[in-house]
Amino acid sequence: MTRPTPETLAHSARRNRAVVEPDAEPTPAPRTAPVPAPPAVRQPAPVQVSGAGSLVRSLEALGVDVIFGIPGGAILPAYDPLYDSSVRHILVRHEQGAGHAATGYAQATGKVGVCIATSGPGATNLVTPIADAYMDSVPMVAITGQVARPSIGTDAFQEADIQGITLPITKHNFLVQTPEEIPQVLAEAFHLAATGRPGPVLVDIPKDVLQAPTTFAWPPTLDLPGYRPTLHPHGKQIREAARLLTSARRPVLYVGGGVLKARATEGLRRLAELTGAPVVTTLMALGAFPDSHPQHLGMPGMHGTVSAVYGLQKADLIVALGARFDDRVTGKLDSFAPDATVVHADIDPAEIGKNRHADVPIVGDARHVIDELIAAVTVEQAAGHRAELADWWTQLDDLRSRYPLGYDEPTDGTLSPQYVIKRLGEIVGPDAIYVAGVGQHQMWASQFISYEKPYTWLNSGGLGTMGYAVPAAMGAKVGMPDTVVWAVDGDGCFQMTNQELATCALEGIPVKIAVIDNGNLGMVRQWQTLFYNERYSNTELGTHKHRIPDFVKLAEALGCVGLRCETAEDVDKTIEAAMAITDAPVVIDFVVGKDAMVWPMVAAGTSNDEIQFARGVRPAFDEDDI
Amino acid sequence: MTMHTLSVLVENKPGVLARVSGLFSRRGFNISSLAVGETEDPNVSRITIVVDAESSPLEQVTKQLNKLVNVLKIVELDPQVSVARELVLVKVRADRTVRGQVLDTVNLFRARVVDVAPDTLTIEATGTPDKLDALLRDLEAFGIKEMVQSGLVAIGRGSRSITAGPALRAA
Repeated sequence: MTRPTPETLAHSARRNRAVVEPDAEPTPAPRTAPVPAPPAVRQPAPVQVSGAGSLVRSLEALGVDVIFGIPGGAILPAYDPLYDSSVRHILVRHEQGAGHAATGYAQATGKVGVCIATSGPGATNLVTPIADAYMDSVPMVAITGQVARPSIGTDAFQEADIQGITLPITKHNFLVQTPEEIPQVLAEAFHLAATGRPGPVLVDIPKDVLQAPTTFAWPPTLDLPGYRPTLHPHGKQIREAARLLTSARRPVLYVGGGVLKARATEGLRRLAELTGAPVVTTLMALGAFPDSHPQHLGMPGMHGTVSAVYGLQKADLIVALGARFDDRVTGKLDSFAPDATVVHADIDPAEIGKNRHADVPIVGDARHVIDELIAAVTVEQAAGHRAELADWWTQLDDLRSRYPLGYDEPTDGTLSPQYVIKRLGEIVGPDAIYVAGVGQHQMWASQFISYEKPYTWLNSGGLGTMGYAVPAAMGAKVGMPDTVVWAVDGDGCFQMTNQELATCALEGIPVKIAVIDNGNLGMVRQWQTLFYNERYSNTELGTHKHRIPDFVKLAEALGCVGLRCETAEDVDKTIEAAMAITDAPVVIDFVVGKDAMVWPMVAAGTSNDEIQFARGVRPAFDEDDI
Repeated sequence: MTMHTLSVLVENKPGVLARVSGLFSRRGFNISSLAVGETEDPNVSRITIVVDAESSPLEQVTKQLNKLVNVLKIVELDPQVSVARELVLVKVRADRTVRGQVLDTVNLFRARVVDVAPDTLTIEATGTPDKLDALLRDLEAFGIKEMVQSGLVAIGRGSRSITAGPALRAA
């Protein structure tokens, strides 16, 4: 196999760039608190620059270390000062890759991810990752070029109203009107993206604004009179929640992605251990509470564990922390957890009571909520109030032992996808970051890999964006270069965005990709099996039948190492071979059977009471038990 | 079907109306009337929206509106303690034979004639939606050639001001 050495390529690609080592950088503002920048970095006097220069200096002042993007006509002025900047620009192959990379970077590091594109098609290619980041509350700033101000509204070449297009899928967006406002708009964009409920913010800048002369001064003053996120919860509500938590007989802590966003996982563990209550973590929250913890029931929802689904369903108290009662979790809403009193804590007041009535609404940042709950629960317990949970745990433990996650080995001798994913998790271990695409492989990766640490599981939960994994893994690896990053992708997903492996090879980003290649759009096929009389309309991809594409050759063509594994005996050694390669991206084509299905399952639109442990098998669950 | 009147104070910036109205259609609400204009503070505009909705989904849309960065404050105006007015301009057939009767109607409703042509009168009237409905019903008998109506504007009774609250400019 011949392939270019990534280091050489990465080096040559950056040969002409003024790459400044981190310690040689002019100290930018701290990344965690982008605005206002501390006086220490204040420019002595405003500097004469172009609008583009102001943009790049703003990014530097905001502490941005890397942006993902592709240049083009309208954004071109920005790329000139970028050439000399300490900000690393990673040239992706498609703007969608830039957007998901920014998301992967943000989800792995907690910092704002930044992507940049030109006007028109460059900007519209960002729409999917922006919508994805919006649904999963990812702090992202997308910068787009726009046609010059006099051309706006004339259907000019490469003109698209990206502000209008992204109105419903951004937390906020800006069309910059003058070069003078660039620092303020950028500072506001980063502030909005990172604080409150995080989300994507788009900044659209006309080309002539980038070209015009202006002055740059830092820090700017924020002017966001209508933006006041509530961080601290109401004491009365906290005390009521604590009273319920110490008196409920069947409580469950229902933990969502907000706990990760608030970096509240240590507090969560203390709260869980203090109350003794069972914990369920949603798809967006995996890693927020160790999978191995005895109080962890697993993931609730459509493909959750029987114990997590029933735990919520039979609870008399649900304490939702940074979760949003999504339809994939609740199943048919009006039969969800009928006996539960609901405490709902979220930083976004609009989430509270949106889907399920909240008996105790708490608006606040999950970290503050959890810390104050711990204090209030401690007070209740000191007063002798303590929940008696032995019966509840007996029932839950019984369910856990009777209905553990598992799978049947394929009878046709094909490789089991669940086995591959399980071994991957066992061999690679809990320190790596796992990034999934969307579909069966994503569910298996959520089920059969054990997540012990926060920010080790990245996926597209809300929007369900196929093609997320490869670019998001790239972004995560850029943000966490010393951490092993594995993408678990499907052969359908992989064919949507694998071109970013060229970026990885050239830029020296050695991600590892496990393609769970079942030759089909597996999850869709599963639904055809279950709900469409096994009529497999347009789900066969030909990756098995014709080996088109040949993923090993494709990987090699993209400058990666390509490996293939087709038997259970080869799984361990192939994973180990991939682990041994640290200087290049690696793709493993795991050729697996096409008939494996994701279980347990609550069919869409049905009640969680109808959960099937395996096809046609409903848990023998005596209603009188509880 | 219940009508609710929302007063939405927003930053006076381009595109804010699109953000607000877009949110209503996206969340499946019909706006039955809408009026926008500057307030006593030129940096603040006031959007008065009449929407028909049950109270629970209305709460959801209000919360979503509150999340818009350019929205400063939302107040639902209770019709019992607020003054609400619409403006209508209506061009009515009024030749010599009926002109006197049309003018009688105009006077009865304390409306005004703002333009006169040989065979029509153009009438301006303000009032509550009920009053304007009644006026239009009466004028229909003569023949309405053209009509244009503003959205509802409304303000709370008493000395309290919704624009003066500390919430508006708080950091």
